Amino acid sequence: MIELVVVLVIVAAIAFFLIGMYNSLVRSRNEVKNAWSQIDVQLNRRHDLIPNLVETVKGYMTHERETLEAVTRARQQAIDVSGDLDAKARVENQLSQTLRSLFAVAEAYPDLKANQNFLALQEELASTENKISFSRQYYNDSVLRLNNRIEVFPTNLIAGMFHFTKEKFFEVETPEARKAVQVKF
Amino acid sequence: MFELIRANRRRSAILVAVMALLLFGIGWSVGEISAEGAGPFGLVVALLVWIVLTLISYFFGDRIVLGISRAKKIDQQDHPVLHNIVEEMCIASGTSKLPDLYIIDDEAPNAFATGRDPEHASVAVTSGLLNLLTRDELQGVIAHEIAHVRNRDVLYMMMVAVMMGTIIILGDGARRLMFYGRRSRTSSRGKGGGAQAIVLIVAVVLIILAPIIARFVYLAISRRREYLADASGAQYSRYPEGLASALEKIGGSTRKLRTATQATAPMYFVNPLKVTARGLANLSATHPPLADRIRILRSMGGMADLRAYDEAFRKVSGRAVGVVPFRAAEQGGRTEAKKPSPVPVPSAGSPMPMPMPLPMPMPGSGGGPSAGMGLPGMAALAPAAAAEAASHVQRVRETTDLLWKKQGYTIIDCPCETRLKIPPAHRRRKIDCPHCGRTHVAA
Repeated sequence: MIELVVVLVIVAAIAFFLIGMYNSLVRSRNEVKNAWSQIDVQLNRRHDLIPNLVETVKGYMTHERETLEAVTRARQQAIDVSGDLDAKARVENQLSQTLRSLFAVAEAYPDLKANQNFLALQEELASTENKISFSRQYYNDSVLRLNNRIEVFPTNLIAGMFHFTKEKFFEVETPEARKAVQVKF
Repeated sequence: MFELIRANRRRSAILVAVMALLLFGIGWSVGEISAEGAGPFGLVVALLVWIVLTLISYFFGDRIVLGISRAKKIDQQDHPVLHNIVEEMCIASGTSKLPDLYIIDDEAPNAFATGRDPEHASVAVTSGLLNLLTRDELQGVIAHEIAHVRNRDVLYMMMVAVMMGTIIILGDGARRLMFYGRRSRTSSRGKGGGAQAIVLIVAVVLIILAPIIARFVYLAISRRREYLADASGAQYSRYPEGLASALEKIGGSTRKLRTATQATAPMYFVNPLKVTARGLANLSATHPPLADRIRILRSMGGMADLRAYDEAFRKVSGRAVGVVPFRAAEQGGRTEAKKPSPVPVPSAGSPMPMPMPLPMPMPGSGGGPSAGMGLPGMAALAPAAAAEAASHVQRVRETTDLLWKKQGYTIIDCPCETRLKIPPAHRRRKIDCPHCGRTHVAA
């Protein structure tokens, strides 16, 4: 009788332990999903803001058609892109760079810089840019946690059993992106 | 950051236990003092007082504090930049719900966070803070406040403060009881044995010491939490320099926050009461010394994670034990600090209009070894300083407009660039611009 109770208690303890591990894996996976949707929201917000920006800027920056076209093109590419994370990261990175050079060029237009609408858009886009990079960091942190859990003992056993797969990092910071943007006047 | 929250919770439990012991001790002592053998009764009274106060502060604490500080709620349109910054820091910290934003009409630069959990959090800033700080600095301050929310400091400090308050109230009551009850006690002294005397002595010692110990425990926790919020704030914003420079600017302000009280002082970003007493100041301070906070943030060596903060803390304070729990420091990832945002410098081809007078050269820069280098240095500095001065004017305008709006004023922008502020008492719907004479219709 006592043996049976002891065995039952041990089995129950192990079961609880396994359930706990499984739940922690699920939680990590949901966190990654949640973090990803956050990035997605911000990327879309940026896509939505850009036409407004181009519209506002067009009247002032008559000599910068190339810069504006580059922004519009990069935006279209970013919207059209389908495929894996790396491709998405690459086009979004491209878009960030064209935007950065657009704002750098805008410094040379005092009238534009006095435009309230432009200033508001500039703040919105700068903030969206920040939000993208903060949510990317959060996403990568969550991915790191999930991947660690999938690799280390003992959670790796559970992860293997229920087919948890490792997620990819969202790397925008390529060596080219770190370099300062060259602006010619 | 998850490890930090967990480690915090563990440590909090221990310190709350210490406070609870003190609370039980003093409750029992109060009982013992008022009547022999009434210790358990005193304990129950202490518990009741504590529970009632805790419930009140749990459910109404944030509203009480915001009310005392005369904070007014603002929304996204009122201050888009502040709203954006808060959103950024919420994303960085993984907080899903944005805290409510409040503004306090006071020139003293300061901020605080309140609310029992991230779902019920509020962040309040003073108008002085919005006026004084650049975007990066404001982001540092908000990161610090969001860190308080995220690390559950608000709830925890509230609980500990309530315990301390209960202990102090009971201690006060007991001292009065001891004073007035002396005569009756001396008459019963005769039949009491040695054990009874010891019990009484212990009770008296507890009544005297418990409030003092509770206060020191509370203040020690408060200071530690400030360091931790700085650490997390640097991590969230990835820009320790922003926070450091905000602290520096705020430290340079001599204004006292009008609505701050002894009770609400520990909640603020920096101590709003500006106590400058020396000696015991370090032990009785609610906040760590500003200079130390700044020096630690500036010694993080280009990194922005918890481990870098911990190392910097140990280096600056000379202490062997850091401030960040070991597991959190070791397990958290490494994060590089962000580079400072580039200051826009106008190109040579397009002369920028200079609305602000150029700052005068510093009196000290005339002599010295760098005198020869003074001119090119000044040339590089001047546009940046002018840009900062212009953006300061811009910030003050925005904040002032916001305060007008919160007072019920209607703001109309006239095409002639005059801004009309119409008081709420103004009854007529039509109003003429005093500058160009256009007629506007108030909505």
